[in-house]
Amino acid sequence: MAECHPVGFQWVVEARYRGAKVFHIDPRFTRTSALADRYVPIRVGSDIVLLGALINHVLENELDFREYVLAYTNASMIVSEEYRDTEDLDGLFSGFDPETRTYDPATWSYEGAPEEAAAGERAEQMDHGREHADMGGPDQYGAGGASANPRPMKDPTLRHPRCVYQILRRHFARYTPELVAELCGISPEDFAELAETVTTNSGRERTTMWVYSVGWTQHTVGAQYIRAASILQLLLGNIGRPGGGILALRGHASIQGSTDIPTLFNILPGYLPMPHAHQHETLDDYLARAGGDTGFWGRKRSYMVSLLKAWWGDAATEDNDFRFDHLPRLTGDHGHYSTVMGQIDGTVKGYFVVGENPAVGSAGGRAQRLGLANLEWLVVRDLTLVETATFWKDGPELETGEMRTEDIGTEVFFVPAASHVEKDGTFTNTQRLLQWREKALDPPGDCRSDLWFFYHLGKLLKERITSGEIDRPLRELTWDYPEEGVHGDPSASAVLREIGGVGPDGRALSDYTELKPDGSTQCGCWIYCGVYADEVNQAARRRPGREQSPEAPEWGWAWPANRRILYNRASADPEGRPWSERKAYIYWDEKKGEWTGPDVPDFEKTKPPGYRPPEGALAEAALSGTDPFIMQADGKGWLYAPAGLVDGPLPAHYEPFESPVRNPLYAQQDNPARRIYPRPESPYNPVGAPRFPYVLTTYRLTEHHTAGGMSRPLAYLAELQPELFCEVSPTLAAELGLANGDWATIVTSRTAIEARVLVTERVRPLRIQGRTVHQIGLPYHWGWGSGGLVTGDIANDLMPLALDPNVYIQESKATTCDVRPGRRPRGRDLLALIEEYRHG
Amino acid sequence: MAGGGWFLRWPVIRQLRGQDGRGEAARSARTDALRPRVEEADSVARSVCPYCAVGCGQLVYVKDGKVSQIEGDPDSPISRGRLCPKGSASKQLVTHAGRQTKVLYRRPYGTDWEPLDLDTAMDMIADRVLRTRRDTWQQEHEGRVVRRTLGIASLGGATLDNEENYLMKKLYTALGAIQVENQARI
Amino acid sequence: MAERMGFFTDTSICIGCKACEVACKEWNQLPDDGFVFEATSYDNTAALGASTWRHVAFIEQQPVWMPDGDPMSHGGPVPHSGPMSHGGPMPDGGSMPHGGESVFEVGRDGRWLMSSDVCKHCTNAGCLDVCPTGAIFRTEFGTVVVQPDICNGCGYCVPACPFGVIDRREGDGRAWKCTMCYDRLRGGLEPACAKACPTDSIQFGPLDELRERAAARVDTLHAAGHTEARLYGESPGDGVGGMGAFFLLLDEPEVYGLPPDPVVPTRDLPAMWGWAGAAIATMAAAVAASFLGGRSR
Repeated sequence: MAECHPVGFQWVVEARYRGAKVFHIDPRFTRTSALADRYVPIRVGSDIVLLGALINHVLENELDFREYVLAYTNASMIVSEEYRDTEDLDGLFSGFDPETRTYDPATWSYEGAPEEAAAGERAEQMDHGREHADMGGPDQYGAGGASANPRPMKDPTLRHPRCVYQILRRHFARYTPELVAELCGISPEDFAELAETVTTNSGRERTTMWVYSVGWTQHTVGAQYIRAASILQLLLGNIGRPGGGILALRGHASIQGSTDIPTLFNILPGYLPMPHAHQHETLDDYLARAGGDTGFWGRKRSYMVSLLKAWWGDAATEDNDFRFDHLPRLTGDHGHYSTVMGQIDGTVKGYFVVGENPAVGSAGGRAQRLGLANLEWLVVRDLTLVETATFWKDGPELETGEMRTEDIGTEVFFVPAASHVEKDGTFTNTQRLLQWREKALDPPGDCRSDLWFFYHLGKLLKERITSGEIDRPLRELTWDYPEEGVHGDPSASAVLREIGGVGPDGRALSDYTELKPDGSTQCGCWIYCGVYADEVNQAARRRPGREQSPEAPEWGWAWPANRRILYNRASADPEGRPWSERKAYIYWDEKKGEWTGPDVPDFEKTKPPGYRPPEGALAEAALSGTDPFIMQADGKGWLYAPAGLVDGPLPAHYEPFESPVRNPLYAQQDNPARRIYPRPESPYNPVGAPRFPYVLTTYRLTEHHTAGGMSRPLAYLAELQPELFCEVSPTLAAELGLANGDWATIVTSRTAIEARVLVTERVRPLRIQGRTVHQIGLPYHWGWGSGGLVTGDIANDLMPLALDPNVYIQESKATTCDVRPGRRPRGRDLLALIEEYRHG
Repeated sequence: MAGGGWFLRWPVIRQLRGQDGRGEAARSARTDALRPRVEEADSVARSVCPYCAVGCGQLVYVKDGKVSQIEGDPDSPISRGRLCPKGSASKQLVTHAGRQTKVLYRRPYGTDWEPLDLDTAMDMIADRVLRTRRDTWQQEHEGRVVRRTLGIASLGGATLDNEENYLMKKLYTALGAIQVENQARI
Repeated sequence: MAERMGFFTDTSICIGCKACEVACKEWNQLPDDGFVFEATSYDNTAALGASTWRHVAFIEQQPVWMPDGDPMSHGGPVPHSGPMSHGGPMPDGGSMPHGGESVFEVGRDGRWLMSSDVCKHCTNAGCLDVCPTGAIFRTEFGTVVVQPDICNGCGYCVPACPFGVIDRREGDGRAWKCTMCYDRLRGGLEPACAKACPTDSIQFGPLDELRERAAARVDTLHAAGHTEARLYGESPGDGVGGMGAFFLLLDEPEVYGLPPDPVVPTRDLPAMWGWAGAAIATMAAAVAASFLGGRSR
């Protein structure tokens, strides 16, 4: 956190002044470790073992926050008799199809009344296991997770052998401190201290917070890492309370916004799923499957219809399903890495790359560049000539002779972009906070904002379209934004207002509960509804922090509804009283008949704690006054996920796809549902191959930014970290003859790169399964171009194309490699070296 | 007396005339005139750092049509005026010499960049989008209506504004392009 | 004269982010210092100089992890043999900039010390004392500033600094160093480095206040068991008469590359001022007379 989010780290420093104890768990001793109370080294790719052992410690010693767990989680719910755990099936959950490597999650569901609509649907889906598996991903249900039986059988004593609590106990029983020592390389003493601290700092009076970044997500089991943390935090009562939570520190200015209003293939704004060809022929089909009917996700028709109205305006009517058929349909994985394969195969012909640099920033860089070289046309928009724009001129494949400029048919347009100070608009930060940026000045030369580019491109396209049916969605698309300034920039505030929603009277809406299913409201992103409430750009509010409470509700605007802590109803006990005075936040004011506190309650303001839903209630009315997790169909925090994940209802430890270690827990070595691309452009290191004996991980440095396009050209940053280096322990350096400051070559099946050697005891050899495992660290900010003042080989070129099956994130945090002293070979010799390694 | 003027301003002499031989004695006219350059700014925009997702407040000072300084916004409850090295280098980000400000074009099999007019580039890109879309249109796939193209893809960075992502997703979806991705995946 | 202003750099909360280095360069529009990988922990700007007015030192004090990967098998805290705090050549041939015997016993966690160094703005400033042109002066804030329009690049100040702070810039010839953002101070703004510092490791304010705050911080750290915490440069009784920029360190000054007992080479000058002033005045009068004489011809 100190490395990559230094200014955010000031609050950790403040917390330490007030007595907070900070553990830093990382494969390397970093600048964060330097200011932690305890540094815990860990082998990359073993975090579920550590988290699982903490869960086991809590369960076996009954250290859970029982009142919270009983009231607010699904601990007491009874799971279907059909369910089989990884403990029963040696690393697989029930429902696995080894042919397709997919799960049918039907058996993971709660035991419930068969007449329930959701259960009926599950029965139908049983017959279509493959389809259901395709549909099993979290994105297919939107933010609310799967439609699950909202009222399953329960055992409040938590003794029923098939209740979630008991399933958890059995599932995690083998995640012991001894296993942690064996697989993570963490000593029993360190584990004991961590477990003791986490559990004693949870409960009524105290909370514990977990903070993570891509060290948890860039794995073939990444989503389950987060699930493991969620289970631990729910058991300890640390969700929805001040000082609790699981905080994702996101790495880019509006990466949260890019997920909320996604330029992602599988979701629409507000986490509404993209429709799937085989499931969603009509709006009703779509809504029947897109998440539950209870909880706030039960209003999905209002969210979806309002989106369709925002996009297709008057052309979207009740009679034509609000133009639901205008949405193109998915038929599977259309994610980034599949797209690259499509480029190599020639199905993808045109490519827009907007402020991104996949030639350096994406895993398996060679495959990325092979794809770029096989396009018909490529449009790159950036501040500098990033490597993605110039691969045809100076890419590494030219040096090896794999490509020749004159053979590359890709037509390339480089269209320069405006910087963040040359346009107005909002970023959504890592806390879901939208902050409006004022424009300081006009961009230079041909530089234009991406808003300008896509707005004017849209105008040009609309001018050229035909009256044909294929062009109807474009023809009917609402595309009228006021133009401003010398370049005719579309008004960003007008776009934000459309995102925030407008009511039947033409006035901006103030809250997503005002959205209607009948087409009378329009809203570009339902979770952002209210960002333009009272016709005021709420994201532009800037009442100084020092004039406000610590929550600073009048600085910017947080989705949803300006709530700063999600699920904050859980900060009070079931009766609505604060769990403790120390941790008071949102609580029920009996006299006023409303929830109150320093934040906006993430709950219906006047729904009393004693509310019990009537039979057949829908949407939020179906949740009781003690159900804080209002986006969930049952209002509960899910210790066990009966649906919504494609690789299991519980996290299980699987080794990284490329690992030097055998999985001692199960016969199943790695995530059975992981997504890989076994083809010549995407070779893999065999598990346990002696020629790839070391563990490799990548990371960022404070002084640089991602693929380097925003840092390598800046003298003041480039001088601080001028060269790619690899961090190795003195022991490994001695073993391999690596000299500090000299060169080393790092090899995987993909390629070999060279880096300067930084010998440091901050990288510690670990003892794993009775032998020494060395880890090597590589920051990934370098490339050959981008107008950089410094250059270096591309660390991501080494990484495999192996993805988490839930979210399609690549495993760039854990792989295997070899290390050799000296610089890498050049030209054809490099290919010869790789060939040697590929075939052992 | 001209001669006496320069003589009295000679630093050594001024030092000698001072109380302790130092301090006020040695100031030049330039020193006397020093003020923080932000005082002379024509405008100040309240902005947000474009690097990580902490969302630190920035003040962007503009003088004579150029950014003269970018520093932390003390009003921000997130950052309290502080910036990391990247945030502190933001002025260099927007003003450095390596920034490309002209459209560049590389024709198929071409060996170098060529200049291109922005309007022409926009027209050419629009033509290619429509052509590729027509050539690769899928009305149906495996017997189901999909109305899409797999011929056009997009990858965006996560420094895109919400408004930009919104127009992109809206336009691509209307075009039937589904392979729309973002750094947020990666 | 206004109140004496200063820096208190609390290295116990420095995260080594180098925002101070960059914010300083952006504000003062300094040139880069070249792009050289030093293989010295995370430090690639090496030292304070004419173009680097804030410099973050990185000192690694880590336990030695044996090939079996289990330091605990060696029985508790491992005697420290990390290269960084001992100075001299590393086992693998690199050399380290910092020296000095550490007082710190490396436990299983180890430490990574970071410290942002800067001009000390000494009470008795050698650079100022020896500057023959009057380019270096003491400001109304008690800070020591070089005036580039007066500096003639003679370089007398360079050896006069006991910390090796002030330096001449290649290609320019003049002497440069931290001004404590004198221009900003004149507008009521704090220096760029202190403003940027994410953790408030660099604090700016009236020196007296900073000294009180620093003493309290040392007490807190001592109470928390960090008995190695100590202040450096806060005492008016030291060899430079107290520093306008002082530090909280977690080890001996030498470990950070700071002289343990800096003495201004011109220490006795102020006491001699009356005598020297008279002598120099005589000389200056003679020089002036010769000038005036020359002009009158």
